[in-house]
Amino acid sequence: MAPLRQLTRTRRQLAVLAAIGALLVGTVATLTIRMVPGPPPVTTDNVMIDVPGGPGVASAVHLDATVYRPAVTPAPAVLLAHGFGGSKDSVSAEATALARRGFVVLAWTARGFGSSSGQIGLDSPDYEVADARALVDWLATRSDVVQDAPGDPRVGVTGASYGGALALLLAGTDRRVDALAPEITWNDLAQALFPNTGSQAPVMTNSPAAGAFAPDGVFKREWAGYFFGIVAGSGSGGHDLCGRFRPEICAAYVQAATSGGPNPEIVAMLHRSSPTTVAGNIIAPTLLIQGEQDTLFGLDQADATARQLAAAGAPLKVIWYVGGHDAGAPSAALQDQVGDWFDYYLRGIGVNPGTGFDYQVPALFGTRRGLPPRTVHAVAYPGLGNDPVQHREVTLHGSPQQVVRPPGGSPAALSSLPGLTAALVGGAPSAAGAAGVEGVAMDLPGQFATFLSDPLTDPVDLAGAPRIRLRVAATPSTAIPTQDHAVLFVKLYDVGPDGRHTLPGGAVAPVRIGPLPGGGAPVEFTVTLAGMVRPVQAGHRLAVVVTTTDRGYALPPQPAGYTVSLADGTRLAIPVIAGQQAAAPLPAIQLAGIGGLAAVVTALGVIAALRRRHGEDADPELAEVPLVVTGLTKRYPGGLTAVGELSFRIEHGQVLGLLGPNGAGKTTVLRMLMGLIQPTSGELRAFGHRITAGAAVLSRIGSFVEGPGFLPHLTGVENLRLYWAATGRPPADAGIDEALAIAGLGHAVHRRVATYSQGMRQRLAIAQAMLGRPDLLVLDEPTNGLDPPQIHAMREVLRGYAARGATVLVSSHLLAEVEQICSHVVVMHRGRLVAAGTVAEIVAGSGTVSFTVDDPTKAAALLRGLAGVDVMGVGQRVVHAHLDGLPRADAVSALVIAGVRVEGVATRQALEDAFLQLVGEEAVE
Amino acid sequence: MSPFGAAPGYRAAATLPLRVELVRQLRRRRTVLTLGFLALLPFLLLIAFTIGRDNRSRGGATLLDLATASGLNFVVFTIFSTASFLLVVVVALFFGDTVASEASWSTLRYLLAAPVPRGRLLRQKAVVAALLSVSALVLLPAVAMAVGVLAYGSGDLVSPTGQSLDFATAAGRLALVPAYLAVHLAWVAGLALLLSVSTDAPLGAVGGAVMVSILSQILETIEALGDLRDYLPTRFNTAWADLLASPIDWGHLASGAFSGLAYATAFGLATRYHFAAKDITS
Repeated sequence: MAPLRQLTRTRRQLAVLAAIGALLVGTVATLTIRMVPGPPPVTTDNVMIDVPGGPGVASAVHLDATVYRPAVTPAPAVLLAHGFGGSKDSVSAEATALARRGFVVLAWTARGFGSSSGQIGLDSPDYEVADARALVDWLATRSDVVQDAPGDPRVGVTGASYGGALALLLAGTDRRVDALAPEITWNDLAQALFPNTGSQAPVMTNSPAAGAFAPDGVFKREWAGYFFGIVAGSGSGGHDLCGRFRPEICAAYVQAATSGGPNPEIVAMLHRSSPTTVAGNIIAPTLLIQGEQDTLFGLDQADATARQLAAAGAPLKVIWYVGGHDAGAPSAALQDQVGDWFDYYLRGIGVNPGTGFDYQVPALFGTRRGLPPRTVHAVAYPGLGNDPVQHREVTLHGSPQQVVRPPGGSPAALSSLPGLTAALVGGAPSAAGAAGVEGVAMDLPGQFATFLSDPLTDPVDLAGAPRIRLRVAATPSTAIPTQDHAVLFVKLYDVGPDGRHTLPGGAVAPVRIGPLPGGGAPVEFTVTLAGMVRPVQAGHRLAVVVTTTDRGYALPPQPAGYTVSLADGTRLAIPVIAGQQAAAPLPAIQLAGIGGLAAVVTALGVIAALRRRHGEDADPELAEVPLVVTGLTKRYPGGLTAVGELSFRIEHGQVLGLLGPNGAGKTTVLRMLMGLIQPTSGELRAFGHRITAGAAVLSRIGSFVEGPGFLPHLTGVENLRLYWAATGRPPADAGIDEALAIAGLGHAVHRRVATYSQGMRQRLAIAQAMLGRPDLLVLDEPTNGLDPPQIHAMREVLRGYAARGATVLVSSHLLAEVEQICSHVVVMHRGRLVAAGTVAEIVAGSGTVSFTVDDPTKAAALLRGLAGVDVMGVGQRVVHAHLDGLPRADAVSALVIAGVRVEGVATRQALEDAFLQLVGEEAVE
Repeated sequence: MSPFGAAPGYRAAATLPLRVELVRQLRRRRTVLTLGFLALLPFLLLIAFTIGRDNRSRGGATLLDLATASGLNFVVFTIFSTASFLLVVVVALFFGDTVASEASWSTLRYLLAAPVPRGRLLRQKAVVAALLSVSALVLLPAVAMAVGVLAYGSGDLVSPTGQSLDFATAAGRLALVPAYLAVHLAWVAGLALLLSVSTDAPLGAVGGAVMVSILSQILETIEALGDLRDYLPTRFNTAWADLLASPIDWGHLASGAFSGLAYATAFGLATRYHFAAKDITS
């Protein structure tokens, strides 16, 4: 039976082990599968590509380029252009990611930057765009690039800012481009650097971020100067103040910066560098990405491009994201969408990315706390077809207000700090800089007029460029000639209930309006405010603020004064784009996984229950025997054998002492008896039932092993009550009062156990062992910590307990204790049984007697003469002898007859002798 | 004689009733203090907000504004500030301490010898620890709701990206948050229980589970790990916020629930297996 049981147990453990193993293996395997293929290898070649210098340039220009090749070629190619001030190295991360997808990526340093030769032409069609066409030619010669036709490689082009415009300009002039993904770039560079958002003529209202794009704008001084400094200050262009700019560009900048306004030559030059000239030719699929925090190239620029592309019929998807030149380059997730775009249109794999419009709604207090934006999906970019964008009209209040511009335009209002995010311009992805753009806005007294709405009754996601119609009149002065043009800056604040102003995106809309009629007569004009995405909460107000100054722009040095008011009947029109949140598919895999887990757990539960049902092992013949120990062995992993081949039995009504020195293995036996540790081999049976962990028969055994165990925060009596309640047995069976009487703790039972002395806990623990009057009481060193009267009382208790028909097992290392308490004894040493029997038998078996006599020498001689008697030692007045069954009376009478005076006969140390003798023999073995 | 040789009135299935284990735990100062602290926390936050009102920074909306926009927002802030650490500690405490503390008091061996079968002991203790954990997860938002509505009114719930939910809808959604957290934090429960049966030091079990949670959150910040981070148990510990979006995006919630349950199952089975065969030497 036993081996079978062993087998069953092993199988059950194996089943559980297998289940756990399967889970772990599954997890590890999933991880490994994802790790082992790793990122596909990408090889890079640095090449110097010579391209024609272009008009007015005698020698060829050398472009420093890197080719990133995927594992499998031929493959479609991607031209990857960098941002202003960067180089091919600033796009290496994007290049590597695209190459891993399976594209041949050509990243190059634009002419005038880094190690490429030549001068900067600002994405001029004659220079940079021609370079890009030459690079397409170069790709057409490569065998590792898929060719659609001779001289026509399959190629996509992408890049941010300076690189983004190049992508559009190339695609607009070279039909070989098969797909493009321009990011955060301009449509009209003249309008970007000399914006004018005010127009007396009607403005386009179909698309969400359409700008007025009026001519003769206000110079965006801070940004322009920032870029000029990057090149001029870099020193890479030798000692010329213009650095590596082409002379005409440098001259144009200086002219604009000093005069504060554009002239027709500059506008014409910037216009040539603008995608607006060629975007109408683009029919290649285009993913247009623009930032919502971008005071350099705002949403109006992408809006204009989108309209042109849609008109040309290019498949178009538009994304507005939380970021831009003021807050960070497109994230890796957005770059993944670029990769998906090229995957679909160049390699024909993946899901059709569609032609929708996604915009991200930033968290109310920016992304700096790691709060993710919310992405809204619209079916299409509004206004490209027959579905113009919806506007919500908000009434503004405000009487006409006087504003002045101080002479020299200083001090000036602050709206944003261009160039806070220098890393971005180099093209490196950066999440830095998002902080603070919305927090720096500041207007100066006397310089601004405010028009405020009522608190919004319900929240609205403002998405695009709001519109307002304003009226302005010059304040005449007798001292100063009145200017014929007014320069104003219009911005939209989100005003919280506490009056706090937030300028979304840090953007302002500069207006140059004129000519102003003389004599203080007003003009009316429409302002297209900066494009933005802003969740406006209910209870917040919207404020349109018109200022005379802004630090980001060149201001006329002459002073001026205006009266600003709302046009009659005008309302603020804010674009609202209906969309839906990410349409989440049902998480089927996860739900299936949860179902799978439930199935596994249920199956294991059923198996365990079945095993338990067959788990009974009883021997009816031993039903009346309190304990039978057979061949009990416990070996620990270290090789230590704590108990070896121990066999003994306790009969009904015995008080059995388990005797042995410390370390003999007594406690190990008792722990196995309680089912706390598993025997290595052999078994214990109580009342015929095999003892295993938690075996039901343990309920007939009361135990106290290796010290008391109580909840320290509860009182003694609470501990006993809760312990009994934990057994689940009827309260009436407990006999708590009887047990407490035995413990003899008096009123202390109502104190917390933590306050008890060692002896008190000891007695409480023995009382706990007696709860329910167990048929077998097991006590381990019960008199430890008891004083002599208590030991005496304990002895009486145990005897009385046994006398009532119960059985008691007491372990001890004290002989006296066992001799006094027990009827039977089992002697253990080093884990093995040394002797077993009644106390009398053990004593008799040893039979050593000490005779106190007046003449030890004579007594010894006499005793030696008696048959079987062995003299163990002779002292000054004592003789120790082993009588070997000879009655002591016979020995005494023999001594007395021979004239030896016997003063005493002692067997008080008998068990100790026996014990030492037994243990000694064992030790010798 | 009773089946299996048991004493009269003894049934394995009646041992360590939940009521008894609950009393054993509730009588502990640890339990009362933990639950009490969680009930107190919203009041502390309220006081902090009230004091913080006076020296706010200029410009821009702040987390504080959002947290005090309405009573519901206050509840969300309270959960937001506690979900990734404090509530992990609470769950780890209830599960990690439950067996290890019995071992440290030496009461474990007497329970097992009573006998409470080992599987049943684990189950009853886990159920009670789960009850206490769920109470904690419910108590905190419930008190925060009461405090928040009294202090900041019953306005709409406003999300960090400006979406609004009316009070009734949002309150219903918020009621689901403790449910999600309870399922998601099951991994902490499983790990703490495994450590609890592996050591006699209650602090070791609780601290171990909390340490693993912190470690997982640190690894989560290493972007280079990419998708591998999806396997970290704390990966979806903020997914409850998805319950407040319109419409609810169940993707991360389901992932978080699966992740929590998968780890909990693995840890739970390991606990059960380890404890069933373990030699109790404490």
